[in-house]
Amino acid sequence: MGRSDMKSLCNGNMLGWGALILAFALVPVLMTSQYQLNVACNVLIWALFATSFNMLWGVTGMLSFGQALYYGVGGYAIGLTVTYLGSQWYFAAFAAGLLFTLVLSFLLGLLVIRVGGVYYTMLTLAFGQLAWQIMFKLYDFTGGDDGLQGITLPGLLANKVYYYYFVMILVLLAVWVLKRMAYSPFGLILRGVRQNPNRVRFLGRRVRRNQLRVYIVASLFATVAGALMAGVDGSVHTDMFFWTTSGEVILMSVLGGISHFFGPFCGAVVIILIEDIVGAHTEYWSLLIGSIIMVMVIGFPRGLVGGALDVAAKVRATLQGAKHDDTTLTAGLGK
Amino acid sequence: MTPLLQLDSVNKAFGGLKVTQHLSFSVFPGEIAAIIGPNGAGKTTLFNQITGHLLPDSGRILFKGEDLVGLTTQAIVKKGLGRAFQVASIFPEETVLDNIRLAALANLDHTRRFWRPSAEHRQATEAAVAILASLGLEEQGGRLAFELSHGDQKLLDIGIALALQPTLLLLDEPTAGMSPEERQRTRRLIGEIRREYDLTLVFIEHDMDMVFDIAHTVRVLQQGALLAEGTPAEIQSNEEVVKAYLGEEL
Repeated sequence: MGRSDMKSLCNGNMLGWGALILAFALVPVLMTSQYQLNVACNVLIWALFATSFNMLWGVTGMLSFGQALYYGVGGYAIGLTVTYLGSQWYFAAFAAGLLFTLVLSFLLGLLVIRVGGVYYTMLTLAFGQLAWQIMFKLYDFTGGDDGLQGITLPGLLANKVYYYYFVMILVLLAVWVLKRMAYSPFGLILRGVRQNPNRVRFLGRRVRRNQLRVYIVASLFATVAGALMAGVDGSVHTDMFFWTTSGEVILMSVLGGISHFFGPFCGAVVIILIEDIVGAHTEYWSLLIGSIIMVMVIGFPRGLVGGALDVAAKVRATLQGAKHDDTTLTAGLGK
Repeated sequence: MTPLLQLDSVNKAFGGLKVTQHLSFSVFPGEIAAIIGPNGAGKTTLFNQITGHLLPDSGRILFKGEDLVGLTTQAIVKKGLGRAFQVASIFPEETVLDNIRLAALANLDHTRRFWRPSAEHRQATEAAVAILASLGLEEQGGRLAFELSHGDQKLLDIGIALALQPTLLLLDEPTAGMSPEERQRTRRLIGEIRREYDLTLVFIEHDMDMVFDIAHTVRVLQQGALLAEGTPAEIQSNEEVVKAYLGEEL
């Protein structure tokens, strides 16, 4: 994310946030079925998950293949607590999940940030798969492959519409907080870590410490996403921990564009909607989705948001009759 | 006068290759010290040892009387030692202003702050703008760093180091790869920033015009050992140096 990104985001800041809130706030008005609300919840929750993941990858350059671990922690914190203690413990479970992630991500973070590049990616994958295996094997406690069903929510949250608004508020609040972080001095040093870690050391800053901080932050927000998902259809499954969940969030980020704060958010929206729409018409939906994503990635190598901004800039340049400097444009948009 | 930087019999070898041999010299506050020598003489390796990037095998490196050997680069930088690199070490995807602002934020210990946008951190921004003006890069502030010319990237690298408010600044070939005009400008700027920021400078350079123009003292390295040291005039007339390194350049 470069400064041009920041400028464009700041300029359209209020308008953009207003449009985003309005669009999601109108969902229960325009889409009244429970299924449609569930899809909208999925869109929001995956968008948060992808955005938090991108703090690691797009901002800091740490490609984790194990963020599903923390997503699963969130889901199972709610699932296990509500199943064994009752729905009145819902908010306590939420907090406990976050606390558990805080400790776990700190401890695992200390280990995984010691290695870089593909080794870091493989190590995060290994820890994710280890967690999945543990949850899978503890059948009597976690329900194993069957997961946990019948997770009820307390009070007003039991109502699907209220729960949708609860999800919407929490997700948009979390995304707003992450955006503040991305453009703060903390975000700037994280971008520095990605672009030139050696220079960061020569600024008197610790590269690994900053990597650990963002690893914990991203993991906490992944836990929020997982915890919210547990209430969408009242169930959790060990798939939440599985590597394909981590893979999906990477795919969303690539599709939307990792160089842009809202890229992974948009990628999540597009993938969930494609899965839903195409999945309703054919059993070969995954083949079709794969093809669509392949075409999109080839057509928009900088992601949908990057591609859209490129097109908008080209149109602007054409309208102004100015000579278009493609190199400058590409750079100005951050990648 | 107490030396600001003092090397005391520093040794370093990579296997059988001795890259620093019994190196001892002192740099005093306000001095502009040049280190010259042929390629492979161990000049950059010496900088790497001073800045904690490499650990000497033996010897002491004293900065303000404190031994730096064994300290991390971060700790050394915090003690007031800045460095600009042979290949400009910048943040290419950030703006020129943000490059220096990040260093200023680091200097203020504000890089953990996660709420206010970095652009709204006034103290760091003012410091960054002042440095840009000192370097003549004020017009380039909004450009992305990688768009700058090679010479301006080298200046930006120096600007990043300056934002840390160092006492001692190490410059590794500040004019390498520059055009004659850029060299001239950089030479002038280095003199100016030394005065403006009250710096002690140690620089590695192959441009002998610059060395003999701005350096107060010159050290000549050969195969990691100190071949000669003295004023520019002394070095220029040192037969051993002329024979080993300067040759026809004089």
